[in-house]
Amino acid sequence: MSSEDTTEMAAGQSEPLVSLEDVEVHFEESQGIFDFSEPEVVRAVDGVDLDIFQEDVVALVGESGCGKTTLGKTCIGLQRPTGGSVKYRGQDVWDAKDGKGDVEIPYKDIRRSLQIIHQDPGSSLNPNRRVMKILEAPLKRWQSQMSAGDRRGQVLAMLEEVGMTPPDDYAGRYPHQLSGGEKQRVALVRALLMDPDLILADEAVSALDVSLRVEMMDLMLDLQDKFDTSFVFVSHDLSNARYFAAHSGGRIGVMYLGELVEIGPAEKIINNPQHPYTKVLRWATPDLAPGSEGSDKPPVRKIDIPDPQNPPPGCRFHTRCPEARQVCMEQTPPEYETEKLHETKCFREDDSHEYWSSPQITDDADEGGDLYSEADD
Amino acid sequence: MHNTSDPILELRNTEVVFEMSRGVSRVLDNVDLNIQRGEILGIVGESGSGKSMLASAMLDAVVDPGVLSGQITYYPDDRDPVNVLGLSDEELRRLRWEDISMVFQGAMSSFNPTMSVKGHFVETLEAHDYDREEGMDRARQLLADLYLDPERVLQSYPHELSGGMRQRALIALSVVLEPDVLVMDEPTAALDLLMQRSILSLLEGLKEKYDLTMVFITHDLPLVAELADRMSVMYAFELVEKGSTEEILRNAAHPYTRALLNSTPNLDAPLSEMRSIDGSAPDPVNVPEGCSYHPRCPLADEQCTAESPDFHQVSETHDVECFHWEDASEAIPFNIEQATAEEGEVQ
Repeated sequence: MSSEDTTEMAAGQSEPLVSLEDVEVHFEESQGIFDFSEPEVVRAVDGVDLDIFQEDVVALVGESGCGKTTLGKTCIGLQRPTGGSVKYRGQDVWDAKDGKGDVEIPYKDIRRSLQIIHQDPGSSLNPNRRVMKILEAPLKRWQSQMSAGDRRGQVLAMLEEVGMTPPDDYAGRYPHQLSGGEKQRVALVRALLMDPDLILADEAVSALDVSLRVEMMDLMLDLQDKFDTSFVFVSHDLSNARYFAAHSGGRIGVMYLGELVEIGPAEKIINNPQHPYTKVLRWATPDLAPGSEGSDKPPVRKIDIPDPQNPPPGCRFHTRCPEARQVCMEQTPPEYETEKLHETKCFREDDSHEYWSSPQITDDADEGGDLYSEADD
Repeated sequence: MHNTSDPILELRNTEVVFEMSRGVSRVLDNVDLNIQRGEILGIVGESGSGKSMLASAMLDAVVDPGVLSGQITYYPDDRDPVNVLGLSDEELRRLRWEDISMVFQGAMSSFNPTMSVKGHFVETLEAHDYDREEGMDRARQLLADLYLDPERVLQSYPHELSGGMRQRALIALSVVLEPDVLVMDEPTAALDLLMQRSILSLLEGLKEKYDLTMVFITHDLPLVAELADRMSVMYAFELVEKGSTEEILRNAAHPYTRALLNSTPNLDAPLSEMRSIDGSAPDPVNVPEGCSYHPRCPLADEQCTAESPDFHQVSETHDVECFHWEDASEAIPFNIEQATAEEGEVQ
């Protein structure tokens, strides 16, 4: 598998499969019926541009609450954005749903082409149905002309494809008779039976035992090859994201408080991270090389994430960033193209930016922040 | 550093047995372990390997109807050795928290949701007849050591804190009575990696400052490798390998440990080399005869199916329960060695 080429090849294609433009998703949190004050707004996703190509892989990483799952769901049309547009092969997904304008691709087709695998396979499978019944349901709905025999045949073939042999045995089981890894395979088969163009794998391997994660990711990569699907792979774990994205020659996108702060080819993000936050995530990912120095101080000024209802002004990372300067509190950095397909939202990318002459931010001493003012590079 | 044996906690032939309708379930099988004064010991095992049971055993806190047997001895600095399993209920109550303290996974269920964090500290100090003023000063200092704003956290209710803050507050609470030993069972699971790593580095500081001995139990081998001086690996309710972290990472002698290391996605390992372990971990009622790892082990032969291996000494500080430990490194090569070599060239 020659890796780095997939994305570049894909990017050379004229039209992205799914295209997000300036997408924002804001949730209003009401305070109860008798509260008439302004509702609190959680800005789960803010100002994200993202193109996903055919046979592409994008892994989204970030801390919990950074909006990676919301962004993933927006990509596959499960979450309606409060601003910006989501297009599937050029057709606006939500216009198609609402029947606005000339709908070239009906919503029904879009829905079928964009599928999801959830984090917890146990709760996404109906406990009262056998595997066969669970997997027949989508075929019945979308390919109603198919005969019962063909349908069963296809389900069995897919079960065999994902290594659940003998398929007859597995087809007759209930979800509770399957291990965690097997349940996740059933969920994967269910998504694949729709012959989708894009699958969102939302922390699909996180709940599995360490020794099973690689196996599950290998299987997904295998099937990506065979079925020409694209994946959006959401994970809080940079090493899983790297494994998945690098094997398929895809990209890693790093999210922080609703914004995509850096995106680029997997190996570039791992070996040459540009954004200070990506470097922090890199630090937080344990590495097994013997003799590597014990855990040094975290390279952030504060270890807790700010309240997403009230994100810091300017660059949202400035309250924790070891490199933050005055200007980061006042201005929002744009996306800088570091190199092809590699974009970073940080003033440090611009050698002539006033950042470099701006004074450093100093923290109150009592929070221990001053310990980190001399962060190493 | 730990060559001279100065154990603070010693476990001998420790066993936990549950009688179940479908048979006897031995969830801790004949464990011998020394925890040295002032060290950080990492205990690693997959889910269902019995590692949490080991933690409960150290405090004689195995839940009914589990039966704990064996010999557990605590060696305080300034008193005679204590036979943990022979203590009265009142003595045991004092031993827990004051001498050996414990942090469990999931801070939310360790806190009382209707009581402020301050209430927890006060209650703990009073239940153990500690001076309240002095204790609260210590609490504030501990919270600050863990990068929390002491006043804000003390006034909060548990649900008002984020997961990472709650877990740090719980760690502060568990050390407020100045114990000698802190046993932590998955203290960082369910938190973000960044928070996990941050807590780890804070723990290291805490250990130095308050002279603690730490036992860190986790399924996450790479995480604990950053912190621990020594590691013990559990498989199927037994300890299968013990050694210094360095030796375990460089020269693991048990086929299971090597397979576990190889199955961990790792930023420095070449992508093509990662592989999972075939088969699955055994059921406690039905642990395989002989070496419990033999059905999954590439080195297994007749001896492994017939007899249970004893510990073999690899070095003075490194023991392994395997007949074929000398062949393990050849049969199951590490995938990170190559990466480390490459890294060396680059730097």
